[in-house]
Amino acid sequence: MTAMARSFRHFSYVMGENPVTAAAFALFALIVALAAFGPWIAPYDPLATDAMNALQPPSWAHPFGTDQLGRDVMSRVIVATRLDLGIAVSAVALSFFIGSAMGCAAGFWGGWTDRITGRITDTIMAFPLFVLAMGVVAALGNSVENIIYATAVINLPFYARVARVETAIRRNAGFVQAARLCGNSDLRILATQVFPNILPPMMVQVSLNMGWAILNAAGLSFIGLGVRPPDAEWGIMVAEGATYVVSGEWWLALFPGSALMLAVFCFNLLGDGLRDLVDPLRRT
Amino acid sequence: MRTKLMQIGQRLLQALPSVFGIIVISFVLTRALPGDPAVYFAGMMADDNSIAEVRKSLGLDRSWIEQFFIYVGNLLHGNLGMSLSTGRPVLEELLTRLPASLELTFAGLGLAILVAVPLGVLAATRPGSLTDHACRLLVTAGVSLPTFFTGLFLMYLFYYLLGWAPSPLGRLDILYLSPPHVTGFFTIDSLLDGDFETFWAALRQLVLPAFTLGLFALAPIARMTRAAMLNALGSDYVRTARANGLSQTTVLGVYAFRNAALPVLTTLGMVFSFLLGANVLVEKVFSWPGIGSFAIQALVASDYAAVQGFVLAMALLFVVVNLAIDVLLTTIDPRVALEG
Repeated sequence: MTAMARSFRHFSYVMGENPVTAAAFALFALIVALAAFGPWIAPYDPLATDAMNALQPPSWAHPFGTDQLGRDVMSRVIVATRLDLGIAVSAVALSFFIGSAMGCAAGFWGGWTDRITGRITDTIMAFPLFVLAMGVVAALGNSVENIIYATAVINLPFYARVARVETAIRRNAGFVQAARLCGNSDLRILATQVFPNILPPMMVQVSLNMGWAILNAAGLSFIGLGVRPPDAEWGIMVAEGATYVVSGEWWLALFPGSALMLAVFCFNLLGDGLRDLVDPLRRT
Repeated sequence: MRTKLMQIGQRLLQALPSVFGIIVISFVLTRALPGDPAVYFAGMMADDNSIAEVRKSLGLDRSWIEQFFIYVGNLLHGNLGMSLSTGRPVLEELLTRLPASLELTFAGLGLAILVAVPLGVLAATRPGSLTDHACRLLVTAGVSLPTFFTGLFLMYLFYYLLGWAPSPLGRLDILYLSPPHVTGFFTIDSLLDGDFETFWAALRQLVLPAFTLGLFALAPIARMTRAAMLNALGSDYVRTARANGLSQTTVLGVYAFRNAALPVLTTLGMVFSFLLGANVLVEKVFSWPGIGSFAIQALVASDYAAVQGFVLAMALLFVVVNLAIDVLLTTIDPRVALEG
């Protein structure tokens, strides 16, 4: 049996064992589809206002109702998927690359590199992370890019730590020594031997972390940072809907909030499922 | 006793590098402002003269190293700069609002501990039971719920639909006068004053936001309690205690729980850090007049000194809380002394 077929069988076995993970995978596919094709799927223009139909409760024409300017909430929730996911994916990608470079270097060479990266991650972790993100956005300026940088900064320590531990275990493994004996340089060994081997635990970290990154980014835009109205984004939609909740117009905040919750829930379940797939010993 | 004191002293010294790191980062954040910091700190109405004055007073015309020492000197004098939006010193603004935030955070943390610890213990003693599954569901849901969304949902349910909660605007209904200032915690102050009506009113305002925060903090505490209890229950000393015929309550309460409490206490530090962040969101949802709301107003008004003062204060608060937890651990855990 080829390795490919074997890992597929393992995949389908884990999926069959754990229908929750299978459901999470399905939800993940739906979220990705909405992010990719959102503007074409949305029934209305997310920015088109219609003062005659403002604050309509959910109906057949507008399944999620309309907001204070008469915009269709469902279309806005769908279109927002791309922005929310985009912010989270870019932030996580940034911290993944920088964090794994830092962590690999620290775990592989130890010594001063380890001490300096350790000091940097410890200092970041000494802040309440959401508060640090607020401070970073305040210092860099209020824009979507800076939301991404801030989210990347507060996620960095998690990746650096996982990469450091996983690299340190493999530093003197047989295949690394063999590669060194063949005359490969340290950097080459790191890139071609060590990094591919630490990828599975790093990927688990990515999917566990993605939900948290989405939550943080939405939290930042909820308090009015980054995304500017009239752009559709879940956090800012909940913030705009918040003023209407006390007067009973619940649908403005409920639907974007639920979308946010579902996305985060999906990534968290997916992370647990991926961990089962990658690391069967740690299954709970 | 002497070794304990020395250990506590050592732990205090270990906090110094992180305090230094925090000060360096907050210095970088105050100086990383796009454009000229002096223009920002001087405010909208400033002319060239006042900008030059601010530049001189902030030491922005000196080198980076000198600037850093000036910054640290200012911090040691409690000078965090002036808040542009209110025109008062940032430190004063933060100190007057801190009790409101702390009251909320502690209430939320207390609620979470009250629910999560028994839940985790129950789940660990009966693995695979309904309680265990409920615990697992709550843990996964708890980390997925955006705090600001749960807050709004609770508000809709208990204020708009059921009418049980008072209007979610601040710490006390406008009908009541705030109690005489002792601790700054309205619930405690009104009790000290013997004013039960105000106490009840303050408590009613506090319940929903505290519950929102508690729901958020519940998940990590319950998960840690369950894991630590499972670990303790599987240990040799619990088996020995059982073999000696001790009652179930003694085994659980004295042997297992006391040992499981230590990792849970350690987790509380991390939970507190997340709570300080979540606090900002909850304060905005419930118009709670704490430092989180102050920071949001300052952010919107581009009041940088206030925002960076807030970030620094939160980080230092977090260091203090971690220190307190570690000192507590050192005093209650005899093994820490043995290892040292």
